[in-house]
Amino acid sequence: MTDLLVPVITMTALGLVFSLGLVFAYKKLAVQVNPRVEKINAVLPQANCGACGFAGCQAFAEAIAAGKAKPESCPVGGADAVSKIAVILGIQAGEVVKKVARLHCRGTHQAAPKRSQYFGLQTCFAAHIMGGDKLCTYGCLGLVDCVRACPFDAMTMGEDGLPIIFEDKCTACGKCVEACPRNLIELHRLEQNILVFCRSKDRPQASRKACQNACIACNICARACPEAIIMKDNLAVITDHKKIPPEKIPEIERCPTGAIGRLKKTNEG
Amino acid sequence: MKTPTFPRGVHPHDAKDATMDKPIVILPPPEKVVIPLHQHFGTPAEPLVKKGEEVLLGQKIGQGKTLFSANVHASVSGKVLAVEDYNHPGGYPVTAVSIANDGQDRLSPDLKPAADPFSLSADEIRDRVREAGVVGLGGAAFPTAVKLAPPKDKPIDTLIINGCECEPMLTADYRLMVENPLDVLRGAELVRIASGAIKVIVAVEDNKLRAAEMMRRHLDGIHADIVLLKTKYPQGAEKNLISALLRREVPRGGLPFDVGVLVQNVGTAKAIWEAVSLGKPLVERVITVAGSGIGEPKNLLVRIGTLFQDAVNFCGGLAEDINLVVMGGPMMGLAQWSLDTPIIKGTSGILAWRTAFPAAEYPCIRCGRCVDHCPMGLLPTLLAKFVQREMWPEAEKWGVLDCVECGCCQYACPSRIPLVHWMRLGKNKIAQAKRKKTA
Repeated sequence: MTDLLVPVITMTALGLVFSLGLVFAYKKLAVQVNPRVEKINAVLPQANCGACGFAGCQAFAEAIAAGKAKPESCPVGGADAVSKIAVILGIQAGEVVKKVARLHCRGTHQAAPKRSQYFGLQTCFAAHIMGGDKLCTYGCLGLVDCVRACPFDAMTMGEDGLPIIFEDKCTACGKCVEACPRNLIELHRLEQNILVFCRSKDRPQASRKACQNACIACNICARACPEAIIMKDNLAVITDHKKIPPEKIPEIERCPTGAIGRLKKTNEG
Repeated sequence: MKTPTFPRGVHPHDAKDATMDKPIVILPPPEKVVIPLHQHFGTPAEPLVKKGEEVLLGQKIGQGKTLFSANVHASVSGKVLAVEDYNHPGGYPVTAVSIANDGQDRLSPDLKPAADPFSLSADEIRDRVREAGVVGLGGAAFPTAVKLAPPKDKPIDTLIINGCECEPMLTADYRLMVENPLDVLRGAELVRIASGAIKVIVAVEDNKLRAAEMMRRHLDGIHADIVLLKTKYPQGAEKNLISALLRREVPRGGLPFDVGVLVQNVGTAKAIWEAVSLGKPLVERVITVAGSGIGEPKNLLVRIGTLFQDAVNFCGGLAEDINLVVMGGPMMGLAQWSLDTPIIKGTSGILAWRTAFPAAEYPCIRCGRCVDHCPMGLLPTLLAKFVQREMWPEAEKWGVLDCVECGCCQYACPSRIPLVHWMRLGKNKIAQAKRKKTA
């Protein structure tokens, strides 16, 4: 009987001592966590994409709780997450602008002729170092660096040689913007539908030869809406999207190459 | 004594027979030259002429504004057709001055010969070299005047004149040494005066015995050692050359003057001699046109700005089933997409092949041949994997930035993995990230 009693008592005593230690540690050494951090973190999308500029959602939640970041900086969560965070923090939610990535190139296989065959590494960045295989040295290289970079499956390669962006899946995290070596992708407001689909700074004759859909700096759009569109380096640039009145859009869309205008289909970049 | 060399490297077939015994032929100046304003390492030159202006041979048409830049001169006399973007061997269009040749080669009055070049001071030599727009003619096109002005705390004790020409198929430097040894040696003497070096070594690979012999024969009065080196690629890369001749190691990220050495290509030495003694700017250079796709391979003396097409036509034209045209050597050359591209100061050759492209790439079998052959002592297979996985800090720590892109690893790889492409991708990505950080 005593053979059994000794270990049982020993174990019980040990358990008691250790639990006391744990209780002591819990009471005295506890790290004070802001309870709001956990609540905020639970609301965040947990994509850990880094679009907010912090190392993942946990770090972003801590920054919000500490007042170092605004909830609106998370483009992935959108208005839904922001309003929930605003409730947790008891603040007024700022306006959330839904943005999407848009591709500023219409140099499809058909429109933009190739100048050579490219045999190197199948990444846009590697092709960009050597000038790429298109006659246009500003256009999309079509080797899907952006599609690979997208953490939300919002991009795919189209048959025409340009990536397709799905508006509904795009969270405007900006990974594709970073990945594109030719800076062809930009984030725009969803309702912002008039864009310049070209980045070529070539002389008009050269860009016309390089791509059927290139901006040839003919000035039609700039004349139609001088307060919002200017010509810079042989390229039309929209300086202020808000200043384009809807009634002027048809006039802007008289662009002979289609380099400026509305999106043709919702999926287009 | 054993022939000196550097550790590792590869032994490609030198394939120089086709043009080795062909004397340098002067290519008749073409009807049109296109002279890019960015032919060197550093910032582009600013144009000094406008469309429709008359220019003279040797007239300055582009001014290098910063320290790391070089002047650009007209290589023919005639009328400026345009100052606008034109194809460039680098792959991107660059602002260039197109000149219609009037065929008279009227000399610019700015060219002033020096009575006694050897009595000039170091600063005068440097100014003349800078004015003449001389850049390294080995291929990297580094502005020579910068090299001639080493920092005060790092004195130069040895000058190496690089006549290795380790790239297979190219024979331009070899012919220059055989036909113009005196000009090369005089140029070397001027560089010695300008840099304050004590010792001059002319390094020649041992497959160019005749060049070494010719140089030795013309030494009279000029103190220089002619040293034969083992024929091995990349013997002519300056860090390897220094290691082979002096057993000094250039520190990571450093330059030869960190170990008291200055390296100049033989072509550059000749250009320096002409710039200082005749006041002649860098308006022509020797190139090799060769390869299985070229009718008659030749060594040519061409005006800078001559289109590839003109040079190739002069050499019997391209074969019809041509597959690849490269500017430079077969190991490090840049593939070209068009022959409507001008020859620049850094063009050492135009090569064209009919051979098919290499077969598919296989997985790495970890044989370690790339490691055995890397002259910089890097681990190419590991670095390529870091780059593939976008592990930039690791790639940088393991020395991807020390890669000289010589191509030995890729040459040795039995799986035909494009290791150099990965390295270059990594180097560019890291450089881009650094630029973003500072901006």
